[in-house]
Amino acid sequence: MDNLVEAIGLSQEYKERYVLRSISLKIPRGEVFALIGPTGSGKTTLLRLLDLLEAPARGKIYFDGIDVTRSRRHGLEARRRMSFVQQKPVVFSTSVYDNVACGLRWRRQRNELVRRRVEEVLELVGMANHKNRKAKTLSGGETQRVAIARALATEPELLFLDEPTANLDPISTSKIEEVLAHVIRQQKTTVVMATHDMSQGQRLASRIGVLIDGEVLQIGSANEIFTSPRSKEVAEFVGIENILAGEIIQKDNNMVTASMDVNGAAIQAISDYAVGEEVYVLIRPEDITLALARSGTSSARNVLEGKIAKIAQVGPIVRVEVDCGFPLLGLITKTSAEELDVAIGKRVYASFKATATRTVKKV
Amino acid sequence: MISASSCIIATLISLPLGSVIHFSRFPGKRLLINIIQTLYSVPTVAVGLLVFLFFSRAGPLGGLNLLFTPTLMVLGQVLLITPLMLGLIISALSGVDKFVSETAISLGASRYQASIITIKEARYAVLTAVTMGFGRAISEVGLALMVGGNIRGYTRTLTTAISLETSKGDVELSIALGIILILIALAINVILNRLQQRQS
Repeated sequence: MDNLVEAIGLSQEYKERYVLRSISLKIPRGEVFALIGPTGSGKTTLLRLLDLLEAPARGKIYFDGIDVTRSRRHGLEARRRMSFVQQKPVVFSTSVYDNVACGLRWRRQRNELVRRRVEEVLELVGMANHKNRKAKTLSGGETQRVAIARALATEPELLFLDEPTANLDPISTSKIEEVLAHVIRQQKTTVVMATHDMSQGQRLASRIGVLIDGEVLQIGSANEIFTSPRSKEVAEFVGIENILAGEIIQKDNNMVTASMDVNGAAIQAISDYAVGEEVYVLIRPEDITLALARSGTSSARNVLEGKIAKIAQVGPIVRVEVDCGFPLLGLITKTSAEELDVAIGKRVYASFKATATRTVKKV
Repeated sequence: MISASSCIIATLISLPLGSVIHFSRFPGKRLLINIIQTLYSVPTVAVGLLVFLFFSRAGPLGGLNLLFTPTLMVLGQVLLITPLMLGLIISALSGVDKFVSETAISLGASRYQASIITIKEARYAVLTAVTMGFGRAISEVGLALMVGGNIRGYTRTLTTAISLETSKGDVELSIALGIILILIALAINVILNRLQQRQS
């Protein structure tokens, strides 16, 4: 496989505090890779290391097969084949045109080529009419588009995007995503982007790495990470709100189901782990159904009785927390909430299928 | 003329030196900047005395025969205003967002190209530093008197002339010369203000 960038055991620490712990990563040419993780998880630091803006405390970075970790000469050569769009882009106090042209000028390109290329990318991001404006007078969304144009002008083989739409309103965000999607399709640039927005990663990237507390916990397709997180931390980050700690008490090989003891309640779940193993059961709140009576027709293997403990309406959705000896959160529509006449203290039956659950090992 | 040439020479020294100090990291950098800032307020006569001792007949550089020449006055003024300009240029460069040079580097600039763009971003603050240096050079009298000797038509400057005419009792001439000095300073400031306004 042709890896454009490869990181081996990258660590970074500031003042004795670990920011990144031994990260190994391979990005094949042409891939769009998204690093997702909460704020402060080390995404920006990892991008800065890969872009050779700072040197790692430990580890190596190969760019196109060459070790560029600490060599100044190879570093400049490699950097000239990459571009970085910062989270809060800084524009130079010159015109929009000169801002976009600077990368090409630093590479000593002919004026003719610079002019053609700058006009091309400004057109691409929809800023062609603003080329003579002073860059410092642009709005946030416009500045971001100029920064993207500036990074693309040099036709980088590798483009880093750090939270390309953080701090932007929804309309600017969708415009920028449109531009990026277009560029990714058209130029086949390899992209490594950092985002805290899971859905943005899903929209733009072909592969996702979850970075939490300086460690890459899982790498896979968006769908894989969304549906089968491999640890409690990843599950929390992708919005699986029911995470129940328990122990596998019985396993039926034919059914590949396991019964689990969660605070005294037995739950049927699909699991590969052996009896006696301590695990977390993950259940998406949207997979939980609430009913007033135990239904005989339902195919759900798990039916738990409980009292409604909390009700919160979020847009057209009602979040209902049922106390079944442990809190279980379900999402129901406003209509079904009215049909059920949900109220705090009311007795309900929460049900979910064994196939709607995932189990991860407790560490 | 003397002040203008010393100002130009001091700029040519301060700008590259200031950039080197700003962009490199070394132990004692903070201390060095503190020393430079202390030198802002060194009395002109102290610098004059130092230069005088070095270049007088008996001094180590006496053989160069430079005492009481415009050349030595320029040298003295360069010594006087370089710390001021150096300090102001360093703080002008620190005033530029550190992301400017980083952005430049991420877009493929070499270290040299990145410092050039930082200086360009700081251009108005740098211009202010140059104005301040020029202001100190044109207004000082102690150094010009001591190492220039106030020789008419040769090393006499506006300030030394004012000082001489006042002690001779020709106050009218002193006042006239003073007004000319102020007008020169005013003209230069107006030009620089124009430049800055064109920016914003």
